[in-house]
Amino acid sequence: MKVIKHSFDGVIVGAGGAGLRAAIEAAPHMKLAVITKLYPTRSHTGAAQGGMSAALANVEEDNWNWHAFDTVKGSDYLADQPAVDILCKEAIDAVIELEHWGLPFSRLDNGKIAQRRFGGHTVKEGTSPAFRACYAADRTGHMILQTLYQKCVSMGVTFFDEFQVLDIKIEDGICQGVVAYELATGDIHIFETRAVTFATGGFGKIFKVSSNAHSLTGDGPGILYQKGIPLEDMEFYQFHPTGIYRLGILLSEAARGEGGILRNKDGERFMERYAPSIKDLAPRDMVSRAIATEISAGNGAGPDSDYVYLDLTHLGAETIKKKLPDITDFVRTYVKIEPIEEPIPVQPTAHYAMGGIPTDVNSRVLSDEKGTVLPGVYAAGEAACVSVHGANRLGTNSLLDIVVFGKRAGQSMVDYVTQTKPNQLSDNASNDLTKKITNLIEKEHTNEFSVAKIRKDLQDSMEENAKIFRTKETLEKQTEILEELRERYENVTIYDKGKVHNSELVEAIELDYLLDMSEATVSSALARNESRGAHSRQDYPDRDDTNFMKHSFAFKNENSANLKYRDVELGKYEPMERKY
Amino acid sequence: MDVSIKILRYDPESDRKGHWENYIVDAEPEERILDLLHKIKWFEDGSLSFRKSCAHGVCGSDAMVINGENMLACQVLVKEVGNSLKIEPIRGLPVVKDLIVDMEPFFDSYKKVMPYLINEKEPGDRERLQSPEDRDRFEDTTKCILCAACTTSCPVFWTAESYVGPAAIVNAHRFVFDSRDEGSKQRLEILKDVNGAFRCRTAFNCTSACPRGIQVTKAIEDIKRETLLNN
Repeated sequence: MKVIKHSFDGVIVGAGGAGLRAAIEAAPHMKLAVITKLYPTRSHTGAAQGGMSAALANVEEDNWNWHAFDTVKGSDYLADQPAVDILCKEAIDAVIELEHWGLPFSRLDNGKIAQRRFGGHTVKEGTSPAFRACYAADRTGHMILQTLYQKCVSMGVTFFDEFQVLDIKIEDGICQGVVAYELATGDIHIFETRAVTFATGGFGKIFKVSSNAHSLTGDGPGILYQKGIPLEDMEFYQFHPTGIYRLGILLSEAARGEGGILRNKDGERFMERYAPSIKDLAPRDMVSRAIATEISAGNGAGPDSDYVYLDLTHLGAETIKKKLPDITDFVRTYVKIEPIEEPIPVQPTAHYAMGGIPTDVNSRVLSDEKGTVLPGVYAAGEAACVSVHGANRLGTNSLLDIVVFGKRAGQSMVDYVTQTKPNQLSDNASNDLTKKITNLIEKEHTNEFSVAKIRKDLQDSMEENAKIFRTKETLEKQTEILEELRERYENVTIYDKGKVHNSELVEAIELDYLLDMSEATVSSALARNESRGAHSRQDYPDRDDTNFMKHSFAFKNENSANLKYRDVELGKYEPMERKY
Repeated sequence: MDVSIKILRYDPESDRKGHWENYIVDAEPEERILDLLHKIKWFEDGSLSFRKSCAHGVCGSDAMVINGENMLACQVLVKEVGNSLKIEPIRGLPVVKDLIVDMEPFFDSYKKVMPYLINEKEPGDRERLQSPEDRDRFEDTTKCILCAACTTSCPVFWTAESYVGPAAIVNAHRFVFDSRDEGSKQRLEILKDVNGAFRCRTAFNCTSACPRGIQVTKAIEDIKRETLLNN
């Protein structure tokens, strides 16, 4: 295997919104490389639809403190309030900056950036839904990704496209570099560098029905977890209420922000019963639970009574065409339904990891629950857990998170690089990865231990036992299943033995991360004997502030995780009952 | 139902040229062609290579030629194309392996047209204003996902790889008609070149191929007209 060595001051892993925003901040100050397993414009930021909230007050009176209140309440009081203040305050400049870089936001008649309603966002701490989400039709994420990439092109940022980082080198507790696999050649590349940002996105592929891309396999969190770095709040995984039935393709909350209504098989607007004041615009955890409850009560539609309807028929063709063009096209393409005329079959879809690599507000990675900083390593975006989303993220806040904390990751890299000297990494830094790859190539292929079969069993079982509603029983069952899957994975084999674009080899390594993410999720969920935000334990239906106002830190053990905890950082908002 | 799929395979490590291989896949009419390729890769032949990511037509990874037409494999359902399929890599870019082509020349052309906002004026601390009408002028071309379906369907591009191609012109259009941009002169100068917009012979293949429904040929015509007006 050919090994090629590079030397950089800083490396960013992942080229979605968080990675690109970090790159824009860091590139002028150092020799920087951005490494992505896709092409940057293929990143899943591009699939985000509805908007990016900021209290611009373009439509009505607004205030970033109200945005912070909503975010904290939406998080079921698990978010760290000082971090939420940063998110909501810096959101305003972040949106303006993107506009200055060319982002084509939709506009109001007076030429200002248009804003729409979104779930859980209110004015005056819960009075009524707020017009806060800045949007570009229903392709806001696409526009953010394009704009950030365009900015990087104009700056001449160095990219390594279709290179997959598969190892990090940490010596004496300090980052020394990363090791990557070049997809087109099978060559190994050692990147000697003292500052690394992980912005690899989420890991929705642990579930069967998901809005996530095939590429979202938890690579960044997985790489660090295997080195003994904990993962924070992994029991909190968000299920978006409106995925296209069976396919899981996302239909933005903007559909309900523009007036769309959820209905059960009888046509009843059931959210009136679950969230009397803001109804269909309740936060995602509540709406997803409401749908699941309707379905188990026999109120689901269809031959298997397993979906509900998203009704847009009263919005009119013009609104749909102007404001929701993409999602209605998805419906026409994949379900062959005309959303102007017929309601759309939807079900909750695995969407977003609130948990991930623990960081402080400067995107510096923490190596334990006490807050010890791991020098030279940073994380931002869905891969990271600051925590600004707590137990449940509000819609639009992820696009905010990537730019606010992506920028902070870039700034932290600059600070660190200017204070330290270039390091050296020995040529044998690639040995661990080379060995892993050689093992996979040399082992004879058997169908029994194929990547796809193990992955399918993982996704099916996580869907069954660890999705919206959980109990001790289902989680214990899933723990046993994960042990079996881990044993099978030890014998995993691949059919493709080639060097050029061997994606089967890469999928085999990604499956290791998916198993890690699942183990951390299930262990953390089993230990949290309460229901909070997206984590809903039917055997512990209430929130327990006495024992669980704390973040979990999962450390990798053999087939599960060891758990430690850190108290939530409170602020001006006292935990109260979460009603909408 | 059984779907018969012929795929043009090529492995640079063992083949001197491409060859067809046949597969029979059990599929539902509602499945995506990408799902069928996965069934082959995951359960039959792990060496089959193709790009993919989002699986719902927004990332632009999986453009390929399906029954003679450029499409995204994740955006086409079995019931739309029938039970006998022929799948090849997109044309005009070097094939690396199976359905994977070298995208570098494509992205090089994209970068040539300065695809970013150019405006030296200090924008102040609030957003620049833009009327909804001005915003609408370039709405269509903001949708581009750089999948290369348009460029690799263009007969001019097939014979002259120096032609920047429809996708690059679409991305120039997105800025030339943005009221906030001041770089049109430079961009139009580039597109006036022998390898620029005037190579287009209005075959409309690009417009048919675009999975995002962009009126690509119209965008190219807009650029041609703007170039002439600018002279």
